[in-house]
Amino acid sequence: MSDELVVWYDRYERSQKELVGGKNASLGEMMVAELPVPPGFALTIDAYQQIWSNKDLVDEVNDLLRSIDHDDYVANMETSERIRAAIEAIPVPESVIDALTTAYAALCVHCDVEDVPVAVRSSATAEDLPDASFAGQQDTFLWVRGIDDVVHNVRRCWSSLFTDRAIAYRHQMGYLHQAISMSVGVQKMVDPKASGVAFTLNPTNGDKSQVAIDASWGLGEAVVSGEVTPDNYLIDKVIHEIVHRNISKKEIEYRLTDEGTVEKLPVDAERQEAACMTDEELQAVAILARRAEKHYGAPQDVEWAIDRHLPEGENVVMLQSRPETVWSQKKKAPIAKGGGDYMSSIVSTLVSPLHTKKDS
Amino acid sequence: MADSRFPSPFEVDGPEGIEGWEELYPYSVTFGDARKDYEDNRFWFWDSMHWGTAMTPFDSTFFEMAIATLSQMNSRHYRIPPADGIDFRVLYGYAYLSPVGVDPSNIEARVPQFMERAGHYFMNWDSLYDSWLGKVKSTIDEIEALDFSALPEMEELPIVTEGIALGSGYRLQKDWHTFKDLIMKTWQYHFEFLNLGYAAYLDYFGFCKEAFPSIPDLAIAKMVAGVEVDLFRPNEELKVLAQKAVDMGLARAFDDPANVDLSSAAGIEWQAAYDAVKDPWFNFTSGNGFYHFDKTWRDYPEIPHAFIKDYITKIEAGVDIARPIEAIIAERDRVVAEYRDLLDSDEDREAFDGKLGLARVVFPYVENHNFYIEHWTMSVIWRKVKELGAVLAKEELMSADDDIMFLRRDEVDEVLWDYYSNWAVNSPTASAHHWGPKIARRREIHQKMVAWNPPKALGEPPEVITEPFTIMLWGITSDSVQTWLGSEDDGGDLIGMAASPGVVEGKARLVFNPEDVGDLEDGEIMVAPITAPSWAPAFPKIKACVTDIGGMMSHAAIVCREYAVPAVTGTGFGTNRIETGQMIRVDGSAGTVTILE
Repeated sequence: MSDELVVWYDRYERSQKELVGGKNASLGEMMVAELPVPPGFALTIDAYQQIWSNKDLVDEVNDLLRSIDHDDYVANMETSERIRAAIEAIPVPESVIDALTTAYAALCVHCDVEDVPVAVRSSATAEDLPDASFAGQQDTFLWVRGIDDVVHNVRRCWSSLFTDRAIAYRHQMGYLHQAISMSVGVQKMVDPKASGVAFTLNPTNGDKSQVAIDASWGLGEAVVSGEVTPDNYLIDKVIHEIVHRNISKKEIEYRLTDEGTVEKLPVDAERQEAACMTDEELQAVAILARRAEKHYGAPQDVEWAIDRHLPEGENVVMLQSRPETVWSQKKKAPIAKGGGDYMSSIVSTLVSPLHTKKDS
Repeated sequence: MADSRFPSPFEVDGPEGIEGWEELYPYSVTFGDARKDYEDNRFWFWDSMHWGTAMTPFDSTFFEMAIATLSQMNSRHYRIPPADGIDFRVLYGYAYLSPVGVDPSNIEARVPQFMERAGHYFMNWDSLYDSWLGKVKSTIDEIEALDFSALPEMEELPIVTEGIALGSGYRLQKDWHTFKDLIMKTWQYHFEFLNLGYAAYLDYFGFCKEAFPSIPDLAIAKMVAGVEVDLFRPNEELKVLAQKAVDMGLARAFDDPANVDLSSAAGIEWQAAYDAVKDPWFNFTSGNGFYHFDKTWRDYPEIPHAFIKDYITKIEAGVDIARPIEAIIAERDRVVAEYRDLLDSDEDREAFDGKLGLARVVFPYVENHNFYIEHWTMSVIWRKVKELGAVLAKEELMSADDDIMFLRRDEVDEVLWDYYSNWAVNSPTASAHHWGPKIARRREIHQKMVAWNPPKALGEPPEVITEPFTIMLWGITSDSVQTWLGSEDDGGDLIGMAASPGVVEGKARLVFNPEDVGDLEDGEIMVAPITAPSWAPAFPKIKACVTDIGGMMSHAAIVCREYAVPAVTGTGFGTNRIETGQMIRVDGSAGTVTILE
């Protein structure tokens, strides 16, 4: 069992999906697809399951869960806090500590950075339950440095399965708490000059030949949370032409401070109304987004960043890719009417020219 | 608040001091009482893409021939369901057009006629195109063979001894009449395929836009564009000659393109290589073929010499000037495969294949007719007119070689009759006395009209412009008309067609004619009423190109894309608003031009 505690993203195989959870599997899958995600590894569900060999913890948590009155939100919050504290308080099994220490040290060597800053992310999994069941329910801890903090935050990820929301959700859906398992991802942090999201279609009209990119300075939080109006671009997937660009005033950004914390800071005046990406970077994002779409065989919604510490040309990294859900589910009628009868089609083109349709 | 209509053709004040200008053009092409109501109720736009300046009387021949034959194909040959001809007028020397739609109740009845007639062309395109090439070349041969030489003192003996009876005067008259017929023949050939070609292209274009609403026009054109196109051949021949000059150690001979010394043995050998390609490839006009003052490379070798010099400079700087044919083909195939892959269903893919296939069948014609007609045939035609003009001046019927350009074609008939009949009688001619002062006055009028700035359009625009060729060839849409109406005082960005992608900033230079092209400096942005394909060798110099008029399939747009120069065409007012030396930003992807202060 212990030989399956760590799975590196660049050695991920699909058979390991259940071991590493949805989030980690998607990062591993991206590596398989030659989509450059920052280097890292998954601590598998085997590690999580080892903590439940601690009989005391099992009893304590079960007692607490049984005590829950699902209509009393305040009490639930307290119970959740107590469960999480219990999980975070138990000693991490030694085999897990060893595996983590070895893997983290290897990552530091690989990145050539001592105590390389990492993101520690929860990646839940459950047999026979859709991945979407966990969306937004688990925590991510950014800018974690050093093995002690890594271990600490791994525990916090484990305990995040027992937030009041998660407990209530499982109750509502009738899922067993034991049916869910937690893997944790440890991945090099990027220090983004700029970051954002990309859709592999034009969200305003569903045009699949375009990649829409929203981008802003610093970490992606600013874009994802909607705290800034991002720069907005439309790029053709095939000839990579930047079809549309709209540069916005970007007043804040999330940045890493010298103390290793992430802070929301004002953007200096001269960068506020400047484009946060070069055309080459935009095209690189579009090419990677298209590659993701081809790999997954469906339109994607991609998070990406431009790492200020990587050389130009290799500085675009992908953070996440998931299926686009709005346009992909619309059934489109075929454009071709009357099949191959080109004469009828030419007649109709002549009788009602394109731009007259566009305006209607 | 913008006006909702342009000035009436009857309200526009022309330049001062041009009384009698109407005489320069046939009465059938001027605005007047005969058709006042009809004319006043139509929308007319200035075709500055083809006729950017005032025409002389003889120049007007080609305006009339071109638009009449274009119309003939739409209305009488192919029965284009919604479109009859394009009406045309000359106002103060400038060319105005007005598309004539078909009464909506008659459109339906024309559909089967169109299907049968146009269908025949689409079905047999390649063989018809092959025979077209033959027809055009033999028409050129016929024009070349016309004999406009001066009338002899005495006819050759065989005219008498072989009982021929028909003399040189008859030959001159007949060849002149034949010449006019051959011009009309040429222009019918010009439009034999063009409108159908555009129709097929429009259909394919519309399909792409419906499948991918945001697809750049460039991508649509790229999938169809020919790789080895006759229109690009003159420029390719320049590169070959430049390379040859470098290889033969003749590079320095081109340092001053106006004085190229090729008297050395190598020079003579090089000149032979030049002479071997100049016919037909340097029958290439530096304008657009419609004006008597356009210069052809063949007759003005300093033009190709200057381009060859530029290529020599590039070769010496280690630049690879060859077109990477295989890479271009591979890229085109990739682009097609990727868009095809993005379509939603096999049904759409099948339709795409069909439409792209047809567009590719018709496109060689669309690209190449420009070389065969506007460049090659028109070069030969202008040489012939000039030859006749020189004879008339030498025989003292006219006072200058180019006086003929100030006669209407029907007036040339009178001069030739004067010449012939008095040659026959052996008596004095009257032409010099009759035409001398008139032509002097016409030159004066023409000068004033050239200096005038004509309105973009006349009359009341339709709510929606639906005439397909107006949109495709001239790039005139409801939107651009609104821009013309509104843009006099708004001072914002110039808006045009995104003709060739890329965003650049740079210094503007206004270019109105081929002579101005030489003033362009490296890295400047060319701002022109139109651009001619023959300016292509100047394109590596410039950063971007802005034109007043022209659609995405205008010749200029095609060449800009070929040379990867960002371009915005059809801005309406580029040359009015922008001044030489101003910094401007050209967004060839969005179709906007910003004047930076």
